Amino acid sequence: MTLISEGSEWSFELLERYDKELARIAADFGLDTYPNQIEIITSEQMMDAYSSTGMPVFYHHWSFGKQALNIEKSYRRGQMGLAYELVINSNPCIAYLMEENSMTMQALVIAHACYGHNAFFKNNYLFKAWTSADAIVDYLIFARNYIAECEERYGATSVEEIVDSCHVLMNYGVDRYKKSSPLSMKKERSRQKEREEYLQSQINDLWQHTVPVHDGIAKKQSKKFPREPEENLLYFIEKNAPFLEPWQREIVRIVRKIAQYLYPQRHTKIMNEGWATFWHYTLLNRLYDERRVNDSFMLEFLTSHTNVIFQPGYDNPHYSGVNPYALGFAMMSDIRRMCEEPTEEDKYWFPDLAGGDWLKILDFAMRNFKDESFIAQYLSPKIIRDFKLFSLLDDDKEEQLEITGIHNEEGYRHIRKVLSEQYNVSNLEPNIQVYQANTREDRSLTLRHYEHDRRPLGNSTDEVIKHAHRLWGFKVRLETVDSAGQVIRTYECG
Amino acid sequence: MARFVDRRLNPKNKGAVNRQRFLQRFHSQIRRAVADAISKRSITDVESGERVKIPARDISEPIFQHGRGGRRETALPGNKKFVTGDRVPRPETGGGSGSQAGNSGEGEDEFIFELTREEFLEYFFEDLELPNLIKVQLAREPLYKNVRAGYTADGAPANLHVIRSLRGALARRIALATPYAEKKQQLQEELDALLETADADDPRAIALRDEIAELEQKVQKIPFIDTFDLRYRNRIQVPLPTTQAVMFCIMDVSGSMDQEKKDLAKRFFLLLYLFLTRNYERTDVVFIRHHTIAMEVGEEEFFYSRESGGTVVSSALGLMRDIIHERYSSSEWNIYGAQASDGDNWPEDSGNCSRILMQDLMPQTQYYAYIEVNNSNPQSLWSEYKKVAAAWPNFAMRAIGQAIEIYPVFRELFKKQRA
Repeated sequence: MTLISEGSEWSFELLERYDKELARIAADFGLDTYPNQIEIITSEQMMDAYSSTGMPVFYHHWSFGKQALNIEKSYRRGQMGLAYELVINSNPCIAYLMEENSMTMQALVIAHACYGHNAFFKNNYLFKAWTSADAIVDYLIFARNYIAECEERYGATSVEEIVDSCHVLMNYGVDRYKKSSPLSMKKERSRQKEREEYLQSQINDLWQHTVPVHDGIAKKQSKKFPREPEENLLYFIEKNAPFLEPWQREIVRIVRKIAQYLYPQRHTKIMNEGWATFWHYTLLNRLYDERRVNDSFMLEFLTSHTNVIFQPGYDNPHYSGVNPYALGFAMMSDIRRMCEEPTEEDKYWFPDLAGGDWLKILDFAMRNFKDESFIAQYLSPKIIRDFKLFSLLDDDKEEQLEITGIHNEEGYRHIRKVLSEQYNVSNLEPNIQVYQANTREDRSLTLRHYEHDRRPLGNSTDEVIKHAHRLWGFKVRLETVDSAGQVIRTYECG
Repeated sequence: MARFVDRRLNPKNKGAVNRQRFLQRFHSQIRRAVADAISKRSITDVESGERVKIPARDISEPIFQHGRGGRRETALPGNKKFVTGDRVPRPETGGGSGSQAGNSGEGEDEFIFELTREEFLEYFFEDLELPNLIKVQLAREPLYKNVRAGYTADGAPANLHVIRSLRGALARRIALATPYAEKKQQLQEELDALLETADADDPRAIALRDEIAELEQKVQKIPFIDTFDLRYRNRIQVPLPTTQAVMFCIMDVSGSMDQEKKDLAKRFFLLLYLFLTRNYERTDVVFIRHHTIAMEVGEEEFFYSRESGGTVVSSALGLMRDIIHERYSSSEWNIYGAQASDGDNWPEDSGNCSRILMQDLMPQTQYYAYIEVNNSNPQSLWSEYKKVAAAWPNFAMRAIGQAIEIYPVFRELFKKQRA
């Protein structure tokens, strides 16, 4: 076999040759991917893309300008390198390569993004359920044009106000359990008009019954609305806010659709990065085994690979949480190891994995889990030892912090549980739902925060409520409910 | 098989719109920051961009999140010494800052970013309410002129220099053909000598003739003109030659000039300085401060030191006259004067001032501008200066209370420049 290339300069011809080889090996391993579209961009373009959530098209908003200023600042001062790659969950899967990268880095990025992430986007259940890769680029174009049109028609400031408030509630614009219908630009555009008219009539109807009624009748009729608590705040506002204009409802819808599209990424960081890192490592090593790349290629690759999967300890000044690349790569590699060379310990802890077909087992893991469940299922004692994980309890009723588990026989299960819970939704963000909309009296909206482990809401809560009030148009109340079901704190605006 | 797309030539500044939105949204904060920056900077350094700080809480985007407190259990990597059941004190910094910083409004980080030179000037001009044309004039880059500078080997076809190229071609043809020509002549002589003794059909004569023909062929194959010969007219940009100017900043630093008045005066000096750097290649600045006596000082001392006591304006004008005499002869320098004062002066001295101005300074200066800051009742200096203004069209004066009133002082000056 001959080398694909020597030297660090890349060219389009070389990129194609690498891609061809990587595609062949990826197919050998059975990776199922969308077709790839690989775009070469400059570092300025990378900064642009960065600042608006990495999407190729996005509506305009000041917050993306702020983001860009921040990135530019730290980039110019050398505090931050740009990511070598950006990849978009779309069909075809779009990946950006920076022109500054060396040939080795380009090959690494193609393996990582175009075969690793790509396969994950296509097959992981969260992505399958919540995103439609075929339609996202079209939908973003629709969204940008729609918002630009609104700015022209209703003024940039009033549009900005709505978008601001929607961004604030963006994390609560997500359905976690129901499946939303796929997006498409054509359908969206044609349906958008109908929806506008229909919705407005519905809402007027809903509130028409709110003219003052006599006490007796009112009590008889008062049913709680909504019947069930609603977790998707933006959805509830879009459908039920009394005085939003149709175009404002549409903007609320756009923001929540995009939030929904981004939602799986937040819950699969470790898996997604781990999977992509595992595959770039595996694919490039196969290239080396086949003698298609030389030693200097491998040395450069391994240097940057090692940097990516570095996990500083909790007391290191560079520590900023568990590195998803490090943990993800370690766990994916560990699953393969347990299949191929199980120890006695593995046979005891993971009888189903030991001696199994690693490709099938890894594929199954990639398809059917998110970070929380993936850790709960696959975190092995070996990884806990390698990372020297320990669990720390911070209880505000206690004077001191307590070490509740370390990497020993008694600690494994406990640490696995703690780490897994660290990635569950209610730990990542407060659990807040629409509790009641008062349709009969003051039209106020009541949200409820269900407290988890007595953790209170942060300082910005009052600000958030103001934004919710802007969207709802009437009084908004947020009640914190403790584990016993008692309201213990109330925030209000309006 | 992947599809490769080269996007590098796509428009670069996709993010420019978002940047503009950001600047618009925080307009008043940025404007304040720019005003602060102006009062801090040297007036000869008004043109670079600026790091602008605005309070982070103004631009934060709130979200629902957990605050401190409650019960929280986390897993961390890198255990070195802990065993289960160990207790460690709660770290101070991490515990306190979360909730307290927000409530007290202290310890908030600042959001810092860079304004470009254009953006910075834009904000500076905004305060002064300059007419647009003037803004363009002040903000423009130095002017350049294209001049011929010899020839280059590549360039646009339009710049092709035919004679030069053909001359080069000729030289090349001669250079390449000469060895062949010499050889040919040598052979020809040999042939001629041979023919004197032998037949034309002699095999050696035939061989010589063939060789000569071959050499002729080679000469003919030398191209008449080659890309190598092409020469193009070369042009380079040189800055437009301009002359030099000196600007005298004269300011009253007696006790009654407080920092606010000085800041206003600084803007006045700045505007003139900007104007001069646009029109002259070299601009010197001389700072003269005075109370009862005048001194030439550095910029730092000029703006920030404070004196008390009376005021004798003529001392400064006299010093200006002397400095012009010593260092800036009016045949070589364009002289500009800018004076700021709160109008206080010894009543007896004001006559001296107008005399020095009328006799010594005005004949030599291009333009002299005087502002009186925040003075409700004009005193003798004002009325004396009125006389100067009546006699000299290049003398401008005005009483001002705020920044937007500065520009009209210069209106005549800028108008002349435009025409």
